Formats: sequence, C-alpha cells, structure tokens
Amino acid sequence: MLAALSAVFTTVAIVGILLYESYGFFEHVALKDFLTDTVWTPLFENPRYGILPLVSGTLTITGVALMIAIPIGTISAIYLSEFASHKVRETVKPILELLEGVPTIVFGYFALLFITPLLQKIFPGLPTFNMLSPGIVVGIMIIPYIASVSEDAMRAVPMSMREGSYAMGATRFQTAIRVVTPAAISGIVAAYILGISRAIGETMVVAIAAGQQPNLTFNPMESAATITAYIVQVAMGDLPHGSIGYQSIFAAGLVLMLMTLTLNLIGHMTRKKFSERY
Amino acid sequence: MNPQPQANTLKNLDEVRAMIKRHKLNDYIFSIIGLLCLMVGLLTLLTLFIDLILSGYPKLLSASFYTDFPSRRADSAGLLSALVGSSLVMLVTFFSAVPMGVMAAIYLEEYAPKNWFSDLIEINVSNLAAVPSIIYGLLALGLFVYILDFGQSILTAGLTLGLLILPVVIVATREAIRSIPIAIREAAYAVGATKWQVVYDHVIKYSFGGILTGVIIGMARAIGETAPIITIGALTFIAFLPPSPITTAAPFLNFEWLSSGFTVLPIQMFSWLSRPSEAFHVNAAAAGVVIILVTLLMNGFAIRMRYKMRKNIKW
Amino acid sequence: MMTTTTPVKAEARNLSFFYNGGNHALKGVNMPLYENKITALIGPSGCGKSTFLRCFNRMHDLYPGNKYEGQIVMHPDNTNILEKSVDPIEVRMRISMVFQKPNPFPKSIYENVAYGLRVRGENNKRMLDDKVEEALKGAALWNEVKDRQQDLAFNLSGGQQQRLCIARALATDPEIMLFDEPTSALDPIATANIEELMSELKNKLTILVVTHNMQQAARVSDYTAYMYLGELMEYGDTDTIFTRPTRKETEDYITGKFG
Repeated sequence: MLAALSAVFTTVAIVGILLYESYGFFEHVALKDFLTDTVWTPLFENPRYGILPLVSGTLTITGVALMIAIPIGTISAIYLSEFASHKVRETVKPILELLEGVPTIVFGYFALLFITPLLQKIFPGLPTFNMLSPGIVVGIMIIPYIASVSEDAMRAVPMSMREGSYAMGATRFQTAIRVVTPAAISGIVAAYILGISRAIGETMVVAIAAGQQPNLTFNPMESAATITAYIVQVAMGDLPHGSIGYQSIFAAGLVLMLMTLTLNLIGHMTRKKFSERY
Repeated sequence: MNPQPQANTLKNLDEVRAMIKRHKLNDYIFSIIGLLCLMVGLLTLLTLFIDLILSGYPKLLSASFYTDFPSRRADSAGLLSALVGSSLVMLVTFFSAVPMGVMAAIYLEEYAPKNWFSDLIEINVSNLAAVPSIIYGLLALGLFVYILDFGQSILTAGLTLGLLILPVVIVATREAIRSIPIAIREAAYAVGATKWQVVYDHVIKYSFGGILTGVIIGMARAIGETAPIITIGALTFIAFLPPSPITTAAPFLNFEWLSSGFTVLPIQMFSWLSRPSEAFHVNAAAAGVVIILVTLLMNGFAIRMRYKMRKNIKW
Repeated sequence: MMTTTTPVKAEARNLSFFYNGGNHALKGVNMPLYENKITALIGPSGCGKSTFLRCFNRMHDLYPGNKYEGQIVMHPDNTNILEKSVDPIEVRMRISMVFQKPNPFPKSIYENVAYGLRVRGENNKRMLDDKVEEALKGAALWNEVKDRQQDLAFNLSGGQQQRLCIARALATDPEIMLFDEPTSALDPIATANIEELMSELKNKLTILVVTHNMQQAARVSDYTAYMYLGELMEYGDTDTIFTRPTRKETEDYITGKFG
C-alpha cells in the first residue's frame, strides 16, 4: 500500500518541487515576459527571461526527429505487422528493443562526432553545433518506440477484418494500407504523440550536439539550445542555491513537464480508447 | 438469368491477371522499403558500435584505462572512479527501486480494490514512465540535494535513478503477476492458503523470471542515464575513491560511502566528450564502448530470457 | 425440376486439406456446385464444412503451413483454382465471400461497398456510384441507407452490417458467392431477410453456404451435402436429403439424434 503510494508521492514531489522553485522565479520575472520575451539570457548582467528561444529550439529538433521517425517507424510497423514472416519478426523485434536500450549519451557522441561531420560534407556551411544532426539522431532513437507501439495497434486489429479484405481480392499492400492502417489509426496516432513527448524530453543528444546558445529560430541548420540543454548547462555550472539562475532551470523544467505531461495524457487516453474498441 | 457479368469476367481473365501482377508489384516494392526501414535501426546500431570501437580502441586495449583516475592529460586519464561510482550508485538504485517496485506491483495486482484510487495510481505509474529523465534530476536537485541535504552524493544519485526506474519495475512485475492464471491462485486458496501465503508461495515465485527481466532492463537504463545525474551536479573530476563499503573491523559494513562525491560512466564520457581536444574524444569513445557493452549485454540477456520464458511457460 | 442439364459451375475433385501441423481436415471430397443454385453444407461442428468452403477462395493461403491436395475446377474455363500457378487473388476476384460475423471495414457504407472495385483500381466516381447503388439494391439495403451512405458502417445494426457485407461481395460481379454461417450472429428477422436475399441472388450467381441450422438448409438450398469428420457422407438435392436420406448417419443428424 505504502509502496504503491510511492508512485503518487513521486509525482506529487516532482510537481511540488517544480512549482515551489518556479514560484521563486516568478516572483522576480513577470509571467508575461517569460512567455513573450524573445531573448533568454538569465545568467547575463542584464538578464532577459523569454522562454520562447528554448521552446523554438526544442520544437525544431522535435520536428526534424519526427520527419525521420514517423515515416520510418510507421513503415517498419506496417512491415512487421502485415508483411514479415514469423521468423523475421522474432529476429527484428529484439534488435529494436536493444536499440531502445542504448544510452542517450552514446547517441550524443554519435550525433556530434559521426552524423555532424557527415552532414558537413553534404552541407559545407553547417556549423559544428546545429539542430539537424541531433534531430536526426533523436529521430532514429524514437523509431523503435513508434514502430513497436504502432505495431501493437495494428496487431490488435481483428483477423476477421483482414480476411474480409483479402476475400475481396486485395493484395497485402492494399489490405495493409486501406484496411489495417485506418482501423488502427488511433493507436498509431497515440504512438506518434508519445513519440513526440519523448523527443521533447530528450536531453543528452541535444545538449551535446545542438549547442548552448538560446536562439529564436526554426532553421535546423543553425545552432540553438533546447529547454533540456539549458538545464544541463546551468546544472554543470556552480550556481548558488536559491539564486534566480538556479530557479530558472525549475521554471524551464516546469514548461517541459507541462508539454510532455499534456502529450502523455492525450497519448495514453487515445491508446486506451483504441484498445477498448477491439 | 443474367449471364452478362460472367461472360465479362471470363473475357477479362487475362486483364485481371495483368492487373494482379501490377498490384502485386506494390507488394514487392513495399516489402523492400519496409526491410530498408527496419535496417535503419539495425545499421545505426552497428555503425555506432563500430565507430566507437574504431575511435576508442587504443584506450580500450590498455589496462591502465580501467585502473587510472581521470587526469588533465588525455593519455593518462582512466575510468577507475567512474567504474566504482557506477557500481555503488547501482547498488543504491537496486535497493531503493526493487523492493519498493515489487511491493507496489503486488499491492496493485493482488490487494488493491478496483476503484478511483487504484485508477489514479495506474495513471500515475504510466505517466511517470514517460516523464523526461531530466525532470527526475530537477526533483532530486530540489528534494534530495537541498531539502533533505544529502548533498551531491552517491545516495542522492542512487535514489534518483531508483525513482526513475520505479515505474519500469512496477510495470514489469505487474505483467509477470498478471500472466499467472487465476486457476493457480484458486488451487492454493482451495487448500486453505491465506492471501499472503498465496502471494508469497505462488505469485512471487512464478513471476520471479518476469520480475528479474524487468529489474535488469531498469538497471540497464539507470546505468546509461546521464541527464538526471548531471542535474544534481555530479562532479566529473574525481581523483579518489569513496570509502569502502566493507571494513576489516566490526561491524564490517560502512555507510560513509553513501555521502561521498562520485562520478559515473556516462558523466565521465560526457565530460571527455565536451572537451575540444580530440585526444579526449578517444577516451569518450572508449567509455562509450564500455557503457554500450554493459547495457547491451544486460538488455540482451533480459530480452532473451523473456522470449525463452514466453516459449517455455504454457499455463 | 432438377435435371442433368443444369451446368456445373465448379467442382471439388478428390479434395483433401491439411492444416499446419498435419491435421487432416478434409478427406478426398468430390462434389459439384451447380450454376445458379444454392448448395448447403451441413454437419456437426468440426466436420470440415467451413474448411471446405474456405478452400474455394484460397482463404487458407493466408496462414503458413496449410496444404491442399486434389482439385477445385471452375467452369467453363476448366481452371483448377488450387493450382500453385493460379494466384489466390485471381480466385478471390471471381469468388467472393460473406463471413460468419459481419466484418465491415472501418469506413463509410459507400466505401465498404466500393472496396472491391477500388481494389481492382476502379476510381471513376460515376461508375462507382452506379455499382454501389446496384449492389446495395441487390443486397436489399438501398432503401435503408441511400441517404446516409457516408455514415460509418459500424453504426448499422448487425443484420444491416451483414447485408452490407453481402453488398460488398456483390459489387464486383462474382461468379460464386460463399456464405460461412452468415446468419449465426443474427436475430430471426435479420436471418429471414438474409435467406430471402440468398434466394434472389442465385439468379445472378452460384452460392455455397455453410450452415449449422438444418431448417435453413432446407429452406434455402437446392442441393445439400452432409459432412462428417472431413468426409462427404451424402450429397443430393435438398428434398431427397431431408425426406429420404440413404445413409443412417445423415438421417440421425437431420432428425437431431446426434450433432
């Protein structure tokens, strides 16, 4: 009983700490400035506290990641669920699970020292720190997640529906695209939403490869800090407890928490609704 | 009688065959694209691994890399304090997450009445599993480091990672428990076992394998976690070892190490990686190989075990 | 009334079938399907009647490891549709199927009926409109749904859904239509509707129906086959089978002594 409450306790503690420290932050900074100012320089002489540049960095990298992960993840899921033989599925799924378990710090290395130099050969002007490379790597990281959740949704579609399609003379591809995918669509969308949430909260890859400069841009070829990268940057420094800089990472964390929590709740609800249908 | 459509069909049989051929081409094309998409993940994993080994092998092969402390000079810097730090942190993580997680799962599956409260806990657990790890770091920074005043210690790090993998352990344990059929429980109750006896003698025993895989996967995740440890302000330059947990004098156990400063493998890798000097990048790659090997082995073991269990156990 | 001049649309010749794992589900079945007639398959559950029906559109090909032996020959082109070189898709384009439980797709009523045509690459709107209307009329559903063809098919009642599935199977002008216990999930009124519909449909095509309900076989079919343990025990025109069965087993089953 008490053990089960530990989960509730953790949530309450997270929200409590974030709100408590953010409260201190918002005693100094007007909420309006926080949400509308376009410059984020809390550690400068003349600090400005506009969260927008961090949000834009976060969203840009998430956008790049989704452009990689959604098509590849969805196609992988369709292939695994509708095309692959039992043997292929049993071989590939554990590998995808392994990929899911690779620590993010290693992917950070990969983004900075492998993907970025590779991209610089294609786009000569690309700076060492940019959002494209971590975006791609975060995308690859969430492929297994999107693929496995989508595949679960497709496999939940009853066989009778597939038989109905095949009985009409449909090919595998037609059955997969015209019947199974639409039938599983809400489960697939839930996979996307939960995938987005993961991309937004991803930390090490972006902290290593995207740079530390808050930059209000949606251009992935530029360098920009994300919410998570900012928290890492500040935490690595030696900021006194209770200072406004210290409090600012909790305010940033609160924004991050709100974004991911909203997505997670929507995602889980969509998924639950879907699983109740079949 | 209406023979029209049939005559049509027959005349068109060749056309139909041509059309089927065309449509089936899409099947082949999609199969190839699908396989390619699956390869993206596999190839990335492979490239990543090979790249790390190629960049890090000079260090990987030198024994001193594993017995040296970090250093300002790349060629004499080693992993020792990170290896020790990671092990000790994992110890704390294990003892904080596993008993708590298993008990929580047993309570939820076997004892909790189905009402709004158990729903609340359920939603809570699934949401916690999706909270970005860095948020756990912020929680630890505010709560453990300052409010509870544990400092930037092994205890703080271990507890933080323990909270982080708590949902993993809970979910895995619940799944394992749920796969035990009601019939087994009823059989035990039928011979007069109490609830606790049923749980202790049957539920925990039969779900042990499932719980173990969950714990291993959770621990593998904890070993690789970087963000929350950075957030609590772990030092990266640690040229000493924490006090040994085992002493020669009674009571043979010593808990001073809990409050010691520390570094762990991913933090050490991060600190090497964030230096501009390429010599340190070699160290980072070598550390990466160590981390990836440890996590892949743990995950691989757990995944294998799970597949085997699924095959063997047929209730 | 039943004369030997009725042409045979398809016939099973020495048909055997093995499920993955070796279960010998059909044992050398020989049976004709007469054109524009309804043939009913009866027998206790597990006797292989559904397995037999699903051979006709190669449904068993969807699951690995299943094996056919013998032939199913379609006339007038004399194609053995079980031949490896014959694509199951081709077979399914000629022979459509209605399932035990209504299984509409998660699409609109219109798109459900148009599915078979779309799968064949037909995208001409007027052509589709005409065919959908024709099929819905043919399935006696037009009057109920003509004003809400864009509604989701799941919103129809069970009986309507089954008629929708018949319309779907009908829209592509199949030569044979297979019914696998089409009314077992329906109430008596919906069942009566479907039975009436089948009697009308036989003017256009040949029907093979599996039924667990002997009265239904007696009501709708022209020929009846009694199967037991994968073997065809007795086949003949329905009147004869139900009034003067030649075998004791058939009589026992029909009179309800067993099964």
